[in-house]
Amino acid sequence: MRRFTWFNATSLTLGFVFLYLPMVILVIYSFNASKLVTVWAGFSTRWYGELLGNQAFLDAAWVTLKVAVASSTLATVLGTMAAYVLVRSGRFAGRTLFSGMIYAPLVMPEVITGLSLLLLFIGIGLDRGVLTIILAHTTFAMCYVSVVVSSRLVSFDRSLEEAALDLGCTPFTAFRLVTLPIIAPAVVSGWLLAFTLSLDDLVIASFTAGPSATTLPIKIFSAVRLGVSPEINALSTLMIAIVTVGVITASLISKRASLAQQRDAQAAARAQ
Amino acid sequence: MAQTVFAPWDNPDEKPLIQFKNVTKRFGDFTAIDNLTQDIYTREFFALLGPSGCGKTTMMRMLAGFENPSEGQILIAGQDMAGVPPNKRPVNMMFQSYALFPHLSVWDNIAFGLRREGAEKTQLAARVEQMLKLTRLERFARRKPHQISGGQRQRVALARSLAKAPKLLLLDEPLGALDKKLRQDTQFELMDIQEKTGTTFVIVTHDQEEAMTVASRVAVMDEGRIMQVATPAVIYEQPNSVYVADFIGDVNIIEGAATPHPQADGYSVAWAEGQPQFHAKTNRSFAPGQKCFLALRPEKVAISAEPPEEAANRIQGKIIDIAYLGNISTYHVRLPNGTMMKAQTANTRRLSRRSLTWEDAVWLSWTDTAAAVLEG
Amino acid sequence: MRRALLIAVPYLWLLALFLVPFLIVLKISLSDTALAIPPYLPTLDFTEGWAGIWGFLQELDFENFTFLTQDELYWRAYLSSVQIALISTVLTLLVGYPIAYGMASAPEHWRATLMMLVILPFWTSFLIRVYSWMGILSNEGLLNQLLQGLGLIDQPLIILNTNTAVYIGIVYTYLPFMILPIYAALEKMDAALLEAAEDLGCSRLTAFWLVTVPLSRQGIIAGCFLVFIPALGEFVIPSLLGGSGTLMIGKVLWEEFFNNRDWPVASAVAVILLLILIIPIILFQRNEQKQREREG
Repeated sequence: MRRFTWFNATSLTLGFVFLYLPMVILVIYSFNASKLVTVWAGFSTRWYGELLGNQAFLDAAWVTLKVAVASSTLATVLGTMAAYVLVRSGRFAGRTLFSGMIYAPLVMPEVITGLSLLLLFIGIGLDRGVLTIILAHTTFAMCYVSVVVSSRLVSFDRSLEEAALDLGCTPFTAFRLVTLPIIAPAVVSGWLLAFTLSLDDLVIASFTAGPSATTLPIKIFSAVRLGVSPEINALSTLMIAIVTVGVITASLISKRASLAQQRDAQAAARAQ
Repeated sequence: MAQTVFAPWDNPDEKPLIQFKNVTKRFGDFTAIDNLTQDIYTREFFALLGPSGCGKTTMMRMLAGFENPSEGQILIAGQDMAGVPPNKRPVNMMFQSYALFPHLSVWDNIAFGLRREGAEKTQLAARVEQMLKLTRLERFARRKPHQISGGQRQRVALARSLAKAPKLLLLDEPLGALDKKLRQDTQFELMDIQEKTGTTFVIVTHDQEEAMTVASRVAVMDEGRIMQVATPAVIYEQPNSVYVADFIGDVNIIEGAATPHPQADGYSVAWAEGQPQFHAKTNRSFAPGQKCFLALRPEKVAISAEPPEEAANRIQGKIIDIAYLGNISTYHVRLPNGTMMKAQTANTRRLSRRSLTWEDAVWLSWTDTAAAVLEG
Repeated sequence: MRRALLIAVPYLWLLALFLVPFLIVLKISLSDTALAIPPYLPTLDFTEGWAGIWGFLQELDFENFTFLTQDELYWRAYLSSVQIALISTVLTLLVGYPIAYGMASAPEHWRATLMMLVILPFWTSFLIRVYSWMGILSNEGLLNQLLQGLGLIDQPLIILNTNTAVYIGIVYTYLPFMILPIYAALEKMDAALLEAAEDLGCSRLTAFWLVTVPLSRQGIIAGCFLVFIPALGEFVIPSLLGGSGTLMIGKVLWEEFFNNRDWPVASAVAVILLLILIIPIILFQRNEQKQREREG
């Protein structure tokens, strides 16, 4: 595809304005001095101060972070195992059911996942709290991780593992020394995806959280249900800032790595 | 030149290094290897040659331990390999894709197998340096695989698989990824290294020229069976079947009926109504009138404008096409009954003085030992 | 041995935390509401052995499902969910296609950045992205301020808490899901194809219609399913941007469960939602399969 026309330029510009303007407005109004969120009354960082003084928000943020770290780590381990099983284990009894259970949560409406897990936890008498949210998040996040990792494993040159076996590795050391280092970028992005999904989740957490544990999205949701609030604007701005910095850093690192790779390949071609 | 010929397969006292005993391998309904029995000897350079899907790669992967035979036994140095995993076999493999670990340097790739053995540090370093020297890679030790050229990668793969000094080295299309010129150089390098290290090599290839160049013996395979195992010269000069004759090099195949010749030990072959019979000598015996095939290499067919004297076989025809290949020319000649036959001559004279051209009437001739007489 | 363990751990996890919970939903959807803890009957009692299980099975019935068909609220909610999801899918396509097209025709060294710009919102909180529209669409919101300031309207437009706001919310949040597969399809396309079409007498527009659109069909289909399927069960968008008149099944389920505490009916609602979803999911998988086969 070539031919970059005025039409293309306009649609791109409008498209990105549409994608970004709401968030930009959110960020700007988080610095609004007025409590009336739609009237500009001068620059102020007042809401950030109030936010940091709000113990309930800080507690919720802490719970959210704990849940996200624990569930994304667990989900990465389980999801990588599941991906390996899907791509490498050939046939085994119940394979169809297994791959069905991996893909189904991806399309399952969150309300149903949340409802079903809640009914399970009540059924087995598990008190709802941080643990139940972690279990719930791990379950749906591991499916995302396994999709990310298995797409990498599919394109993985299998003879690399065979070479490791041939050179004296047991299957487990072959995985540790050869497969894992090579698929590591996919595993890391799987972890990041699981982490973000957990940070982001409102519906499943609402079903599985108990009175003892409230996550940030639950807190935000109950606040914004009542309408726009400057404190939430400030909180949103902080979250947007963290994500933006994270994503930009990650893409710069990967861009640098691919540039280095290109240079090496050119050098190798010259060395022939 | 009192050198003894290397031919352990002719010595009944020699113990084979590898023994395939009635090995069958099935993948579902597909039979990849069909009841195959074959011995391979120490220090051999053994080539498995055949079209894709003939089972040559399966044989190699069974030696490496990546596949298990459905039936039969594979022995290496007298030991049954059933149930021995790849990492416990005295066998190493050089992969078609090279399978170099992209996250490790050339040095670490070569050291990989030695580390798994728990080799002592200074010994390990010495061995790696020795391998680097053998494959002329000293300058690239610190590079990563993607920082070196294709030919260098091929040498790293070779060095890595030789580092553990395996009894047997398996090479899966080792030169397939190289361009033609580099491939020819590397073939001689491979032979040189095989000789220096004294390792037994089994190579899988679909390139007949490569197999003929490097191997001490060639096994021509088709549909899970070995059609013929012999030295390259025997494979070429005395193929045992039309399949082998046709697979290796260029050949004229003439179908006919054999009748024992009244004199001598040869046969007369009636090949076309109203055409003179061809004469051929062979150790095979045919019943009178039995169907047979003559396999005649184009370079064994002489071509001349004048009728040759005292040729065992001669026939007239007309030149239809000439393929000028530089060192040789191939003539496509139509015989009186319409059969096409190929004849080859070396271009020792300069182009301008060549006398034969299109539409010329010519004589083809060959001796009675030139053609192999085959049953099918 | 290790292989068995490798399979067993994720397998058992998913069985226990995905399949079993789902079977529980199915079971409860067949139970009766009761003023008890848990608020449904019958409960399975293993102490009575097989007789207990048989008695339990006999107590199950389709009463809740019959109830769903009788009460107009539910099937109106299903219908309106499908309708809202369909309309917003079409709108997302109309907004997303030109963006994907623009990206695919942008100079090559821009593309990675453009791609990152499309994906970036996906990493930011879904909730915040939906919330950001509340301040824009409200009666005193920025959009109305702007329009009134320009003198285009006298009375503020009522957008927030209507279906229009829900459409905007769905288009906004699911736009990347539409753009990415279409972009992937368009990017693979050879520029020479369009030149060939024009060389053979097409105008730009007919070349677009006869060449570009058919070649990006797979991407369009994939994008539509990726928007439609999650939009159907959406909860956050209708509850924040929609009004009391906005009926979406995710919201109904939530209210049935949290406000009415009617677990059997909530479960029945969930089971039917899944049944509705199965059709587009199967169609989507077929489409993906076809594409994989085509690419070999």
